[in-house]
Amino acid sequence: MGLPLGAALAACGTSGPAPSGGGASGAAAGGNGGGGAKASYWFLSGPPGEAPRTAAVKRFNQANPNGQIDINVIQNDAYKTKIKTAIGANQAPTIIWGWGGGGLRSYVQAGQVEDLTSWFGENAAVKDRLFPGAFGAATIDGKIYAMPCETVQPIVLFYNKKVFEKVGVQPPQSYGDILDLVKKFNAAGIAPFSLAGQSRWTNMMWLEFLFDRISGPEVFQAVFDGEKDAWNNPASIEALTKMQELIKANGFIKGFSSVTADSNADQALLYTGKAAMMLHGSWSYGIQQAQGGDFVSSGGLGWMNFPPVDGGKGDPSDTVGNPGQYLSISSKATPEQKEIAKKFFATGVLDDAEQKEWVGTGGVPIVKGSDSLFSGSKDAEFLNFIYGVSSNAKVFAQSWDQALSPTAAEVLLDNIAKLFQLSISPQQFATNMNAVIGK
Amino acid sequence: MTVSATATGRTPSAVAPAARGGGVLPWLALPALLAFVAFAVIPLIGVLLLSFTSWDTLGTIQLTGLESWQSVLTDPGLPHALWVTFLITALSWAVQTPASILIGVFLAGHQRYRELLAVLYFVPLLLSSAAIAITYKALLDPNFGLGAGLHFDLLTQDWLGEPGLALGVVIFVVSWQFIPFHSLLYQGGVRQIPRSLYEAAELDGAGRVRMFFNITLPQLKYTVITSSTLMIVGSLTFFDLIFVLTEGGPADATRALALDMYKRGFQANLMGAACVIGVILVLVGLALALLLRRLGGRDPNASQLEGA
Repeated sequence: MGLPLGAALAACGTSGPAPSGGGASGAAAGGNGGGGAKASYWFLSGPPGEAPRTAAVKRFNQANPNGQIDINVIQNDAYKTKIKTAIGANQAPTIIWGWGGGGLRSYVQAGQVEDLTSWFGENAAVKDRLFPGAFGAATIDGKIYAMPCETVQPIVLFYNKKVFEKVGVQPPQSYGDILDLVKKFNAAGIAPFSLAGQSRWTNMMWLEFLFDRISGPEVFQAVFDGEKDAWNNPASIEALTKMQELIKANGFIKGFSSVTADSNADQALLYTGKAAMMLHGSWSYGIQQAQGGDFVSSGGLGWMNFPPVDGGKGDPSDTVGNPGQYLSISSKATPEQKEIAKKFFATGVLDDAEQKEWVGTGGVPIVKGSDSLFSGSKDAEFLNFIYGVSSNAKVFAQSWDQALSPTAAEVLLDNIAKLFQLSISPQQFATNMNAVIGK
Repeated sequence: MTVSATATGRTPSAVAPAARGGGVLPWLALPALLAFVAFAVIPLIGVLLLSFTSWDTLGTIQLTGLESWQSVLTDPGLPHALWVTFLITALSWAVQTPASILIGVFLAGHQRYRELLAVLYFVPLLLSSAAIAITYKALLDPNFGLGAGLHFDLLTQDWLGEPGLALGVVIFVVSWQFIPFHSLLYQGGVRQIPRSLYEAAELDGAGRVRMFFNITLPQLKYTVITSSTLMIVGSLTFFDLIFVLTEGGPADATRALALDMYKRGFQANLMGAACVIGVILVLVGLALALLLRRLGGRDPNASQLEGA
């Protein structure tokens, strides 16, 4: 049953003229058409990433007539299901685009992706030009299974400068300032923070920073390493308690539980001035620029790294978010296909032209020195900030839901939603989460 | 007497067509039977088998016996999901049935404008659940929705952020979508009721309300059962609407059984556990359908027409 179903699923997304070994089905069916081997590569569609990704493959194919790459472009949510089904049915594309972390770990445990450790050892130049922080989410049990690619996306504290001026306050220098600002903004009838609570991962960004600023990266690292009862750490309970205090103090917009991030309603709250601040991924800059009228261009948008928590042990230069996107090679691909993929990794991924295109979309390529491309960009100020935060962070932690296995991540997101609803206590949260450590 | 005599007196060749017809009929059912086996029985067996395994959709399928069953049955999430499913089923039945009967009775008249209204009422059913959910979500948004736009405070609630309100919204939207369909059933049912019953009642001096309760409603008994069966079995599997509207939130307040199954299977990658929920859904659906058949009396297919 499984195989025909997988084949059918894989085949219905194949791009281009399918029948003779094109795209997806070529990888496992072994039906290579004439004219040399072909590797397949699936990735996400839609702006801003689709254009640079497609162009990089096109340039690679022009330079390598004997080792072509076929692409298959798939929309975000469909991609997540489809790539999993394809890998499970041994129909994976040669090059697997992903987010690293827990998802990559499950591919590794199923023996579906190549160990690239020795290849990176032999090709040190490929590795050394990228941000070292980006390799964390590509490394499982000390071995590298993916090549970091594309851009770095730290979580940033955005704020509406116009609202700050109106109320006559300054951006927060510490978590204590944040609590003061909450009172002042509430008194002025403006929500202190915008939050798309229904999406759940948006709430998670708050916990990621509170945990890091209070105790450093150790608490979550212990969870990630599968240590028993890791969530019971006093620092963890302190962070969870602080979180609920902020919610009880009306730190977030009324009705945040029904706001969703995919409709960008949370960003709209910020640029329309209904909310003063928002914790969000760096990609939010581009969205506010596109949808917020002249809000960004007129200098209305401010940004900063999350401030330190008073008395906390964490390093305030640390950050969290997406340290990169990731490319793996299917272990089921043929040796020729694997060679093409490695050549693409060495010469095609994040070449100069691709870096320029990413900068054009408002992204910071994870390449050392890519900041030299920012001059002349209208977004140079923001890009430099992101480059600075990302390259200076001693720890660039991966988003928790990406770092954990899908099973643990789902329990995490569920419990975060309940924590924010105040329907469970910090201690209950810790107990519920301890139950899925290592799963 | 004469019939049987002539029949037996016929030549074998004349009897043959009837005999052949008896032989052909079961074969005619074969395509339907095959489709039923392929699309219902085999997947059902597959789900049952998978419920005794552990599978993260990537690695190999491992036989783990009753482990998935144990984990689901001891999970406090299961009674909660059953409760939410029951609430949605019962409340949406209670909202839809009276409304559908009233609209159906009203539409059963033969005036032109009623035909037009029937078409208008039917429109919600033509929209996809996802589109309906997205529309309602936008309308109910506390910051940018209808209430905020009209500065109408009563409408500016945190509709999908408060557990009780969110459940109410789900029931309302489900009803909004499906009342048209059930109204159509009742409209058909009412038009089947013989005119003579009303004429007789009129002669006896019965008013409209009396006629409704003493003639229309009893005559609609089997339509009520049909419509209720569809409603109840259908609401067991409500998924798309809830998924888009609330994703089971806030904090599991609208996490019904079908959504629970999806979340376990495709978000948490626990296929074994998801299949357990699937089996439970089948059993509950089956039990309810049988119960409703019982309530419908011995022979729900009997004609209600006079003289038949």
